[in-house]
Amino acid sequence: MNVAAAAIEDRPATPPAAGSETTVHAQGLTKRYKNAVALDGASFDIGPGRIVGLIGPNGAGKTTALKAILGLTDFEGQLKVLGMDPRRERPQLMREVCFIADVATLPRWIRVNEAIDFVAGVHPRFDRAKCERFLARTKLHANQKVREMSKGMIVQLHLAIVMAIDARLLVLDEPTLGLDILYRKQFYQSLLEDYFDENKTILITTHQVEEVEHILTDLLFIRDGKIALSTTMDEMGARFAEVLVNSDRVEAARALNPIDERAAVFGKSIFMYDSADPERLAQLGEVKRPSVSDLFVAIMKGTYA
Amino acid sequence: MNAIVKSPFAWLLKREYWESRRGFLWAQVSAAGVILVITILGIIAGEVFRARMEGDTSVHMGGVNLNAMLQNAVSHNTAQLVGALDMTLLSFGFIASVVLFFVVFFYLLGSLYDDRRDRSILFWRSLPISDTGTVLSKVVAAVIIAPLIATVVVLAGYLCMQIVVSVWFLAHGVNPFGLLWGHWQPLSVWLHLLVMVPVNAIWALPTVGWLLLWSAAARSKPFLWAVVIPIVAGVLNLWIGLLGLPHIDAQFFWGDLVGRALLSVVPASWVAPSELATHGINFVQGDQLAAISYSAMGRAFALPQMWIGAIVGVALIAAAIWFRRWRDEA
Repeated sequence: MNVAAAAIEDRPATPPAAGSETTVHAQGLTKRYKNAVALDGASFDIGPGRIVGLIGPNGAGKTTALKAILGLTDFEGQLKVLGMDPRRERPQLMREVCFIADVATLPRWIRVNEAIDFVAGVHPRFDRAKCERFLARTKLHANQKVREMSKGMIVQLHLAIVMAIDARLLVLDEPTLGLDILYRKQFYQSLLEDYFDENKTILITTHQVEEVEHILTDLLFIRDGKIALSTTMDEMGARFAEVLVNSDRVEAARALNPIDERAAVFGKSIFMYDSADPERLAQLGEVKRPSVSDLFVAIMKGTYA
Repeated sequence: MNAIVKSPFAWLLKREYWESRRGFLWAQVSAAGVILVITILGIIAGEVFRARMEGDTSVHMGGVNLNAMLQNAVSHNTAQLVGALDMTLLSFGFIASVVLFFVVFFYLLGSLYDDRRDRSILFWRSLPISDTGTVLSKVVAAVIIAPLIATVVVLAGYLCMQIVVSVWFLAHGVNPFGLLWGHWQPLSVWLHLLVMVPVNAIWALPTVGWLLLWSAAARSKPFLWAVVIPIVAGVLNLWIGLLGLPHIDAQFFWGDLVGRALLSVVPASWVAPSELATHGINFVQGDQLAAISYSAMGRAFALPQMWIGAIVGVALIAAAIWFRRWRDEA
């Protein structure tokens, strides 16, 4: 994945200071439903030029957070998206924000050329020529109805439309659910090659963490409506470490307060540490940076218990 | 003009047309086509019977006796002939109105519900369109776009009928050009239908608002909510009345409340029963269009029902906009 590597090199070393040029600023974001709390005082900041993974178990409040950002639901607390209040300024906000909420939300009756004509008609920042260039790479033709397309083709059309919009924030909610591996790879590849730049922000929620792990610049873990972890990928690499420990050193490893322990092959164990001394870890065994999914499992331990 | 055609609202209207052209356009074309085909079949059957036996073989065209028309044409009985032509146009108008009612009723009920059910609302709401604009585009599509299309199809159907009858006249050695094509009085009937569109539109507002409200608010089955609630309320009201308790006058309840909530989208339903009783729709003699004359339209605007209904309709549409904005799909 040289593309992903390039994206990681390009990113700024630290996220921009909150408030100045923040894309999303949330403070004490809370949303109560009749008999459940979906968001419980979540606070986070997302800056421009970042690709942020909002990751959490089912029912953690991911979708509610996205809906609040997109002005699709009411909430308590403070939330500014591109400096606007998504509740009151939704139509203006949507000139600068795009989202793909799910696969297959394009209306089934619409034709490719109708969809393009319509978006060109209502969206001031839509570049029709660009959209047609993207579509030329697919098998879609102008007269085709969404009803006649496969799930993968629908996403191709949706992505071609969205990528032709010069927005500052793109929100993706499980954008590749139910797609085969070819479409999934192509989806993220297109986003990186033809869309993302330092002025744009992409916010992704997905359960397929492995697939987005190498394109993310930032991580937001959400659990029970609260932000459980907010970090850049660089900081994450510096802060968290995994060590493969031989059975004879297990007790020593446990003494260093690991946040997670799991069995590996040949009687070895894998320990995960938060902010541990790297030299002492090196004495225990082979140290490596944990994968996002392993870190996620470690931090979300006990969620369903 | 160009600015209007290219405005986002015009695109919203275009979207409504794209999505519903099957009902707005093709249902009307099929209905007009059915009248034409039945007429052609009737003419052929009449000719066949005529060939087999001499006698009275009447051919009908949308309720008009074509044989009488042919006789009138031959005997230069112009008044009768023009009356028949008017009647032909009104037959098309009547069928179009019936189709329009069903199309618009179900269009309104589905317009803010179907996209919530199939989740395509998430695509529409990812675009910089206000919910007010969205709901108003549905209103305009229902009370202006669909009726205008229907009215144009009525004219097209009438002209096709003229062609069919002309051919038939020619086959009988009667020159249709002076007779049929020389009388443009039916065009003034058509103009009535056209002028009626905005009158119908304002009268329809309470039904438009009521159906849109349930379309935007119902979590499922908007039809049941919109239709069953008024009917159950009416029956309860009747029952309370039977018990001798204070209740709302049944005629007012069914006519001015339930009727206006559900049936005001019927074209020309503002025509007061008294107007019909006084004038009737007697097309063959003189004052063909008294019930839907321009002065009758003017009188309709003097009815308190027109204005109270419009105000209630606007309030219901505002409520539908609110639900569209804040209805939270979990």
